[in-house]
Amino acid sequence: MAGIFTPEHGGSPNADDIDRLYRIVLYVSIPIFLIVEGTLIWSLIKYRERRGGPEPAQIRGNTPLELSWTVGAAVILVVLAGITFIYLGDIQNPPPSDPGGLAGGVQVASIDQPDPPPGGGETLDISVNGQQYLWRFDYPGGVFDYYEMVVPIKTTVTLKITASDVQHSWWIPELGGKADAVPGHINETWFKISKPGLYKGQCAELCGDNHSDMRARVRAVTPNEYKGYLGGRGQGIEESQKALAEQRRQREAEEGAPSGG
Amino acid sequence: MAVSDAPARVNGGGPEIVMHGLHERPRGWLEWLTTTDHKKIGIMYLFATFIFFILGGVEALIMRLQLAVPDGTLVTPETYNGLVSMHGTTMIFLFIVPVLAGFGNYMVPLMIGARDMAFPRLNAMSFWLLAFGGIAFYVSIFFEPPGAGWTSYAPLSDDAYMPSGGVDAWIFLIHLTGLSSILGAINFVATIHNMRAKGMGWGRMPLFIWTILVYSYLLIIALPAIAAAVTMLLTDRHFGTDFFDPTGGGDPVLWQHLFWFFGHPEVYIMILPAFGIISEILPVFARKPIFGYKAIAAATVSIAFLGLLVWAHHMFTTPTATVVLVFFMLSSFLIAVPTGIKIFNWIATLWKGSILMKTPLYFAAALPALFVIGGISGVILAVFPVDWQLHDSYFVVAHLHYVLFGGSVFGIFAGIYYWFPKMSGRMLSEGLGKLSFWVMFVGFNLTFLVQHSAGLSGMPRRIYDYPESAGWWGFNLISTIGSFMLGIGVLLTVINVLRSIKHGQRAGNDPWKGNTLEWFTQSPPPENNFDVIPRVRSVEPMKDIRREVMKAGEPAGTVAQPVTSGT
Repeated sequence: MAGIFTPEHGGSPNADDIDRLYRIVLYVSIPIFLIVEGTLIWSLIKYRERRGGPEPAQIRGNTPLELSWTVGAAVILVVLAGITFIYLGDIQNPPPSDPGGLAGGVQVASIDQPDPPPGGGETLDISVNGQQYLWRFDYPGGVFDYYEMVVPIKTTVTLKITASDVQHSWWIPELGGKADAVPGHINETWFKISKPGLYKGQCAELCGDNHSDMRARVRAVTPNEYKGYLGGRGQGIEESQKALAEQRRQREAEEGAPSGG
Repeated sequence: MAVSDAPARVNGGGPEIVMHGLHERPRGWLEWLTTTDHKKIGIMYLFATFIFFILGGVEALIMRLQLAVPDGTLVTPETYNGLVSMHGTTMIFLFIVPVLAGFGNYMVPLMIGARDMAFPRLNAMSFWLLAFGGIAFYVSIFFEPPGAGWTSYAPLSDDAYMPSGGVDAWIFLIHLTGLSSILGAINFVATIHNMRAKGMGWGRMPLFIWTILVYSYLLIIALPAIAAAVTMLLTDRHFGTDFFDPTGGGDPVLWQHLFWFFGHPEVYIMILPAFGIISEILPVFARKPIFGYKAIAAATVSIAFLGLLVWAHHMFTTPTATVVLVFFMLSSFLIAVPTGIKIFNWIATLWKGSILMKTPLYFAAALPALFVIGGISGVILAVFPVDWQLHDSYFVVAHLHYVLFGGSVFGIFAGIYYWFPKMSGRMLSEGLGKLSFWVMFVGFNLTFLVQHSAGLSGMPRRIYDYPESAGWWGFNLISTIGSFMLGIGVLLTVINVLRSIKHGQRAGNDPWKGNTLEWFTQSPPPENNFDVIPRVRSVEPMKDIRREVMKAGEPAGTVAQPVTSGT
């Protein structure tokens, strides 16, 4: 069903809730669709002009009937709005992390998170930056990476999304809805993955010639593997920065001391 | 004959000035170039917009070919983005909006019993501005076409990311066609308010006239917002301002607000007159009065009003406060009520009728059948948490085509089949018309129904290729096959029109037994439209006239003949 009649889901609770909400609206629409198409097709077949058929009924309106379908349509929409409000909180607000998720360590950035989740649990805060045509991820502790985001399972991951050139849009269908990456703004979304695995998506806002190649990937691993990744990546960054600084020093030594140094 | 005493009543017995200040008219193509006759201008609108429709359609077919298989290599990404931008811009600014102005131009004076538009020269200017707008836009394909979509979101459309002149060509198109539409709209408003036949109060005005009036007011309200926005974009691009550039204190979200403040009313600008067309056709072919005339007119006005309050539902995924999202969800929901009323009223119009199964009715009945799908997907998209998942995906592409093709374009085709006999004096072929309808109907649904599924399985819009592993191949292949069927269906109507202009069966004044005044005059109407303008006593003046003639015992053949009819 998912993907043909209903949206992708299964990676994160907010995606599952969006799927549930979608299904409710869809199920409410199906009878309306059938009634409209049914009466339309039936009228077209039953009341086509026939030799010796009945005279067309000269009806100009029917106030009770018209009032009732107006009120009926309004009532259905009020109900849909109510159902949306019921699901909204669960879709929008990040829940606390599950037991077994990343906890306690320095990587958990709940300190600089302005709004702690209502449950009070810790979350992992990752900054996402869209650029033509890749995504940059900044993890707590100064570690950053491109293309693939690595996250621990059973941990609520909150994303702070922006862009540094044109508008992009962050979208991993199985992990919930989109959040536009707008230069000068920070947009937020979250996900919580229960099983290790690879989740794929791509930029959803036309961002230039290679828009369709701007893929996004999230790899969910165990908290320990995540710590290992972060450590290794941090070391790599440190080493390459050292190497870069060394190169610069050498070049400057060769070219002579920069004036005003 | 019962109608012959009408002028005395219309003019209170005074002398009737039919025409004055007549110049000798140039002949041939110069006549078309210099004409201020609303009917000739209407024909030019219809002709020019259909050329743009075909261009936009070819652009769509190239895109569908590119997407038919994974990793398509037919066009480059640059070309694809150019096609995306040209297709959307062409269909909206150069086809649907102006083709409705074309129908309005031709039909408004005839339906309200006037001899021309209020400002005939302004009317000609509207058309030529449109033509020049289209030309200014299309010459960009010889340099570099715009590549930021029909929405041209900043900062992508800014000079830093899109230095080519294509975006500038797009800006000029918006200004020229916008000016064309505003002038045209003022003309419609002035004409409809002041030039209706005696007795045609607001409650007796044909529903198509209601929708053209509301279309005009919406254009006047909405277009200045996009005119301002594109002017700001122009100065951002060339004169160093930073309206939409965050590094200079501007805001890309401002572009979206200005664009969609225009862009959503634009949707109703495109659909309401199509609703008007089928509100004329359904009662004529069902041989019944329209069900709930007042409700449909009121629904038109309330859709237009609510349509001004829903723009940010195009922006649910931007960083926006929840309370704003809730407001725009509820306002978008509300608009479903008057729209639903219209659909129910149309079905009730058919119910217990004696339905004449002719091509105009096929297209007119397809509109509610298809629009209801677009309406339902619209309500789904209005639920903003669901929109977070579906926004900017192929689900939205499917939705907007059900509304604009299934709605507007099927309505426009209904109008072509309905009014072609009036405009040309000849009937379109029924067989070719019905064939065209079925090929279009099946092709349309093949093309766009599966696009819902492509979107639900994660395919974003405006991508030039996709990997096989994405699992979207099947949907796209079906869609491409459908799109070519749709193209063939459209072509059949084009052939039908070209053939029937010369060889169609003679139509006579009133081939459908219409309800409204355009059927009172000859087909095609003479330059002054009517020698005699009958007094309007109901919303179906032609029915009254036919009844009067019957009472007077005249043979049926003389029904609705103008006094000086030469036939």
